[in-house]
Amino acid sequence: MKRVVWRCFIDYEREEGWLNKMSAQGLALTDYSWCRYVFAETTPHKYIYRMELLDNLATDPESSAYIRFLEENGIEHVASFQRWIYVRRESSQGDFDIYTDLESKLKHYKRVSALWNSLMVMEFSLGLINIAIALLIGAGLTTAFSFFHVNLIVGLVCTALGFGFLRLIEPINRKVKELEREREIRE
Amino acid sequence: MSENSQRSALTEAVFYILLSLYSPLHGYGIMQNIKELSNGRVNLGPGTLYGAINTLLEKNWIELQDSDFRKKTYRITQLGKTVIQDELLRLEELLANGNRIAGRESK
Repeated sequence: MKRVVWRCFIDYEREEGWLNKMSAQGLALTDYSWCRYVFAETTPHKYIYRMELLDNLATDPESSAYIRFLEENGIEHVASFQRWIYVRRESSQGDFDIYTDLESKLKHYKRVSALWNSLMVMEFSLGLINIAIALLIGAGLTTAFSFFHVNLIVGLVCTALGFGFLRLIEPINRKVKELEREREIRE
Repeated sequence: MSENSQRSALTEAVFYILLSLYSPLHGYGIMQNIKELSNGRVNLGPGTLYGAINTLLEKNWIELQDSDFRKKTYRITQLGKTVIQDELLRLEELLANGNRIAGRESK
Protein backbone atom coordinates (compact mmCIF):
# COMPACT_ATOMS: atom_id res chain seq x y z
CA MET A 1 0.00 0.00 0.00
CA LYS A 2 1.24 3.44 -0.90
CA ARG A 3 0.80 6.41 1.35
CA VAL A 4 1.58 10.02 0.50
CA VAL A 5 2.36 12.54 3.23
CA TRP A 6 2.95 16.24 2.63
CA ARG A 7 5.30 17.82 5.10
CA CYS A 8 7.98 20.50 5.03
CA PHE A 9 11.20 20.32 7.00
CA ILE A 10 14.13 22.66 6.97
CA ASP A 11 16.03 20.85 9.71
CA TYR A 12 17.38 17.68 8.10
CA GLU A 13 18.18 15.98 11.40
CA ARG A 14 14.56 16.28 12.48
CA GLU A 15 13.50 15.08 9.05
CA GLU A 16 15.76 12.05 9.36
CA GLY A 17 14.38 11.37 12.83
CA TRP A 18 10.83 11.55 11.50
CA LEU A 19 11.62 9.15 8.63
CA ASN A 20 13.01 6.65 11.13
CA LYS A 21 9.95 7.04 13.32
CA MET A 22 7.75 6.34 10.30
CA SER A 23 9.91 3.31 9.48
CA ALA A 24 9.47 2.08 13.07
CA GLN A 25 5.71 2.23 12.45
CA GLY A 26 6.03 0.18 9.27
CA LEU A 27 6.04 3.04 6.76
CA ALA A 28 9.16 2.98 4.62
CA LEU A 29 10.04 5.99 2.47
CA THR A 30 10.24 5.15 -1.22
CA ASP A 31 10.27 8.58 -2.85
CA TYR A 32 10.58 12.25 -2.06
CA SER A 33 10.32 15.56 -3.88
CA TRP A 34 9.26 19.05 -2.81
CA CYS A 35 7.73 18.23 0.60
CA ARG A 36 5.98 15.15 -0.80
CA TYR A 37 6.88 11.90 0.92
CA VAL A 38 5.80 8.57 -0.51
CA PHE A 39 5.78 5.63 1.88
CA ALA A 40 5.23 1.92 1.37
CA GLU A 41 3.94 -0.37 4.09
CA THR A 42 6.50 -2.83 5.39
CA THR A 43 7.24 -4.66 8.59
CA PRO A 44 7.98 -2.12 11.33
CA HIS A 45 11.66 -1.27 12.00
CA LYS A 46 12.77 -2.87 8.74
CA TYR A 47 15.03 0.00 7.62
CA ILE A 48 17.30 2.65 9.07
CA TYR A 49 17.17 5.86 7.04
CA ARG A 50 19.94 8.42 6.62
CA MET A 51 20.15 11.70 4.77
CA GLU A 52 23.33 13.09 3.35
CA LEU A 53 24.24 16.38 1.72
CA LEU A 54 26.62 15.82 -1.19
CA ASP A 55 29.23 18.16 -2.60
CA ASN A 56 27.44 18.27 -5.93
CA LEU A 57 23.93 17.83 -7.27
CA ALA A 58 22.79 14.22 -6.95
CA THR A 59 22.76 13.95 -10.75
CA ASP A 60 26.44 14.93 -11.06
CA PRO A 61 28.79 12.13 -12.26
CA GLU A 62 30.79 12.36 -9.02
CA SER A 63 27.63 11.88 -6.99
CA SER A 64 26.56 8.98 -9.22
CA ALA A 65 29.89 7.27 -8.58
CA TYR A 66 29.35 7.64 -4.85
CA ILE A 67 25.74 6.44 -5.00
CA ARG A 68 26.89 3.44 -7.04
CA PHE A 69 29.45 2.68 -4.33
CA LEU A 70 26.73 2.82 -1.68
CA GLU A 71 24.50 0.48 -3.67
CA GLU A 72 27.36 -1.97 -4.20
CA ASN A 73 27.72 -2.07 -0.45
CA GLY A 74 24.23 -2.99 0.58
CA ILE A 75 22.78 0.50 0.91
CA GLU A 76 19.67 1.45 -1.00
CA HIS A 77 19.39 4.86 -2.61
CA VAL A 78 15.76 5.82 -2.08
CA ALA A 79 15.50 9.38 -3.38
CA SER A 80 17.49 12.49 -4.18
CA PHE A 81 16.58 16.12 -3.95
CA GLN A 82 19.02 18.67 -5.31
CA ARG A 83 22.20 17.93 -3.32
CA TRP A 84 20.48 15.72 -0.75
CA ILE A 85 20.22 11.96 -0.91
CA TYR A 86 17.95 9.67 1.10
CA VAL A 87 19.38 6.22 1.72
CA ARG A 88 18.43 3.23 3.82
CA ARG A 89 19.82 -0.06 5.02
CA GLU A 90 18.03 -2.99 6.58
CA SER A 91 18.26 -2.68 10.34
CA SER A 92 19.02 -6.41 10.57
CA GLN A 93 22.52 -5.46 9.40
CA GLY A 94 23.15 -3.47 12.56
CA ASP A 95 23.70 0.21 13.29
CA PHE A 96 23.93 2.38 10.23
CA ASP A 97 25.71 5.71 10.03
CA ILE A 98 27.23 7.17 6.89
CA TYR A 99 30.08 8.86 8.70
CA THR A 100 31.77 7.23 11.66
CA ASP A 101 34.94 9.16 12.38
CA LEU A 102 35.53 12.72 13.56
CA GLU A 103 37.11 13.93 10.35
CA SER A 104 34.35 12.82 8.00
CA LYS A 105 31.55 13.87 10.38
CA LEU A 106 33.13 17.30 10.61
CA LYS A 107 33.33 17.56 6.84
CA HIS A 108 29.64 16.78 6.50
CA TYR A 109 28.54 19.26 9.18
CA LYS A 110 30.65 21.95 7.52
CA ARG A 111 29.00 21.23 4.18
CA VAL A 112 25.55 21.58 5.77
CA SER A 113 26.56 24.75 7.58
CA ALA A 114 27.85 26.29 4.34
CA LEU A 115 24.54 25.51 2.60
CA TRP A 116 22.48 27.09 5.41
CA ASN A 117 24.80 30.08 5.35
CA SER A 118 24.35 30.72 1.64
CA LEU A 119 20.57 30.25 1.90
CA MET A 120 20.44 32.62 4.86
CA VAL A 121 22.38 35.33 3.00
CA MET A 122 20.10 34.89 0.00
CA GLU A 123 16.89 35.16 2.08
CA PHE A 124 18.10 38.18 4.04
CA SER A 125 19.13 40.02 0.86
CA LEU A 126 15.84 39.26 -0.87
CA GLY A 127 13.99 40.28 2.28
CA LEU A 128 15.79 43.57 2.68
CA ILE A 129 15.54 44.48 -0.99
CA ASN A 130 11.79 43.87 -0.97
CA ILE A 131 11.23 45.76 2.27
CA ALA A 132 13.31 48.65 0.93
CA ILE A 133 11.23 48.76 -2.25
CA ALA A 134 8.02 48.67 -0.18
CA LEU A 135 9.27 51.55 1.94
CA LEU A 136 10.22 53.60 -1.11
CA ILE A 137 6.77 53.05 -2.60
CA GLY A 138 5.16 53.78 0.76
CA ALA A 139 7.05 57.04 1.06
CA GLY A 140 5.81 58.00 -2.37
CA LEU A 141 9.34 58.18 -3.71
CA THR A 142 8.55 55.92 -6.56
CA THR A 143 5.31 55.09 -8.26
CA ALA A 144 6.84 53.06 -11.02
CA PHE A 145 5.40 49.89 -9.50
CA SER A 146 2.59 49.88 -7.06
CA PHE A 147 2.98 46.44 -5.57
CA PHE A 148 3.50 47.82 -2.08
CA HIS A 149 1.80 44.93 -0.33
CA VAL A 150 3.43 42.27 -2.46
CA ASN A 151 6.90 43.65 -1.79
CA LEU A 152 6.20 44.01 1.89
CA ILE A 153 4.86 40.47 2.28
CA VAL A 154 7.65 38.89 0.19
CA GLY A 155 10.17 40.95 2.12
CA LEU A 156 8.85 39.84 5.50
CA VAL A 157 8.58 36.18 4.48
CA CYS A 158 12.15 36.17 3.15
CA THR A 159 13.46 37.87 6.27
CA ALA A 160 11.64 35.35 8.45
CA LEU A 161 13.19 32.49 6.44
CA GLY A 162 16.57 34.17 6.89
CA PHE A 163 16.08 34.07 10.66
CA GLY A 164 14.96 30.44 10.32
CA PHE A 165 18.26 29.50 8.68
CA LEU A 166 20.15 31.56 11.24
CA ARG A 167 18.58 29.44 13.98
CA LEU A 168 19.50 26.24 12.12
CA ILE A 169 23.13 27.24 11.71
CA GLU A 170 23.69 27.80 15.40
CA PRO A 171 23.47 24.18 16.63
CA ILE A 172 25.42 22.93 13.61
CA ASN A 173 28.22 25.41 14.25
CA ARG A 174 28.25 24.36 17.89
CA LYS A 175 28.72 20.74 16.79
CA VAL A 176 31.50 21.76 14.41
CA LYS A 177 33.32 23.54 17.22
CA GLU A 178 32.88 20.60 19.57
CA LEU A 179 34.22 18.13 17.00
CA GLU A 180 37.14 20.41 16.20
CA ARG A 181 38.10 20.63 19.85
CA GLU A 182 37.75 16.84 20.15
CA ARG A 183 39.95 16.41 17.08
CA GLU A 184 42.84 18.10 18.85
CA ILE A 185 43.10 15.17 21.20
CA ARG A 186 41.49 12.28 19.33
CA GLU A 187 41.00 11.13 15.82
CA MET B 1 52.88 19.60 7.15
CA SER B 2 55.52 17.24 8.42
CA GLU B 3 57.85 15.87 5.77
CA ASN B 4 58.18 12.57 7.51
CA SER B 5 54.58 11.57 7.03
CA GLN B 6 55.32 7.87 7.53
CA ARG B 7 56.00 8.61 11.16
CA SER B 8 52.68 10.17 12.01
CA ALA B 9 49.80 8.03 13.20
CA LEU B 10 47.31 6.42 10.87
CA THR B 11 43.64 6.81 11.65
CA GLU B 12 41.96 3.72 13.02
CA ALA B 13 39.83 3.49 9.87
CA VAL B 14 42.86 3.63 7.55
CA PHE B 15 44.80 1.13 9.67
CA TYR B 16 41.96 -1.38 9.54
CA ILE B 17 41.23 -0.78 5.86
CA LEU B 18 44.85 -1.46 4.96
CA LEU B 19 44.90 -4.61 7.13
CA SER B 20 41.68 -5.82 5.50
CA LEU B 21 43.22 -5.51 2.05
CA TYR B 22 46.08 -7.99 2.54
CA SER B 23 43.62 -10.18 0.69
CA PRO B 24 41.49 -8.48 -2.01
CA LEU B 25 38.08 -7.29 -0.88
CA HIS B 26 35.25 -5.04 -2.01
CA GLY B 27 33.78 -2.23 0.07
CA TYR B 28 31.17 -4.31 1.85
CA GLY B 29 33.78 -6.97 2.61
CA ILE B 30 36.03 -4.33 4.15
CA MET B 31 33.25 -3.09 6.44
CA GLN B 32 32.37 -6.65 7.52
CA ASN B 33 36.02 -7.59 8.03
CA ILE B 34 36.70 -4.55 10.20
CA LYS B 35 33.66 -5.29 12.32
CA GLU B 36 34.89 -8.84 12.82
CA LEU B 37 38.50 -7.88 13.53
CA SER B 38 37.42 -5.38 16.18
CA ASN B 39 34.79 -7.69 17.71
CA GLY B 40 32.03 -5.32 16.64
CA ARG B 41 33.63 -2.22 18.14
CA VAL B 42 34.41 -0.46 14.84
CA ASN B 43 31.41 -0.11 12.56
CA LEU B 44 32.80 1.79 9.59
CA GLY B 45 30.32 4.02 7.78
CA PRO B 46 30.17 3.87 3.97
CA GLY B 47 30.79 7.62 3.60
CA THR B 48 33.92 7.41 5.71
CA LEU B 49 35.06 4.31 3.82
CA TYR B 50 34.49 5.94 0.42
CA GLY B 51 36.58 8.98 1.32
CA ALA B 52 39.36 6.82 2.74
CA ILE B 53 39.45 4.47 -0.29
CA ASN B 54 39.80 7.41 -2.68
CA THR B 55 42.60 8.97 -0.65
CA LEU B 56 44.41 5.63 -0.33
CA LEU B 57 44.11 5.02 -4.08
CA GLU B 58 45.55 8.48 -4.75
CA LYS B 59 48.44 7.82 -2.38
CA ASN B 60 48.96 4.45 -4.02
CA TRP B 61 48.72 2.61 -0.70
CA ILE B 62 45.99 0.42 -2.22
CA GLU B 63 45.05 -0.42 -5.80
CA LEU B 64 42.05 -1.52 -7.76
CA GLN B 65 42.28 -5.25 -8.25
CA ASP B 66 39.20 -5.99 -10.24
CA SER B 67 35.85 -4.55 -11.09
CA ASP B 68 33.92 -7.54 -12.37
CA PHE B 69 30.27 -8.11 -11.50
CA ARG B 70 30.05 -4.32 -11.04
CA LYS B 71 31.80 -4.66 -7.70
CA LYS B 72 35.21 -3.08 -7.34
CA THR B 73 37.74 -5.02 -5.31
CA TYR B 74 40.87 -3.47 -3.88
CA ARG B 75 44.15 -4.76 -2.45
CA ILE B 76 47.07 -3.29 -0.56
CA THR B 77 50.22 -2.25 -2.48
CA GLN B 78 53.85 -2.75 -1.49
CA LEU B 79 53.92 0.88 -0.37
CA GLY B 80 50.84 0.28 1.76
CA LYS B 81 52.53 -2.69 3.42
CA THR B 82 55.55 -0.53 4.27
CA VAL B 83 53.22 2.01 5.86
CA ILE B 84 51.65 -0.75 7.98
CA GLN B 85 55.07 -2.04 9.06
CA ASP B 86 56.11 1.47 10.15
CA GLU B 87 52.84 1.91 12.00
CA LEU B 88 53.32 -1.40 13.81
CA LEU B 89 56.74 -0.20 15.04
CA ARG B 90 55.17 3.01 16.30
CA LEU B 91 52.34 1.15 18.00
CA GLU B 92 54.79 -1.29 19.62
CA GLU B 93 56.67 1.65 21.06
CA LEU B 94 53.43 3.13 22.45
CA LEU B 95 52.36 -0.20 23.87
CA ALA B 96 55.75 -0.92 25.44
CA ASN B 97 55.91 2.51 27.07
CA GLY B 98 52.29 2.32 28.14
CA ASN B 99 52.75 -1.07 29.73
CA ARG B 100 56.00 -0.06 31.40
CA ILE B 101 54.62 3.10 33.00
CA ALA B 102 50.91 2.50 33.43
CA GLY B 103 50.69 -1.21 32.74
CA ARG B 104 48.42 -3.63 34.46
CA GLU B 105 51.26 -5.36 36.29
CA SER B 106 52.28 -2.20 38.16
CA LYS B 107 48.69 -1.14 38.77
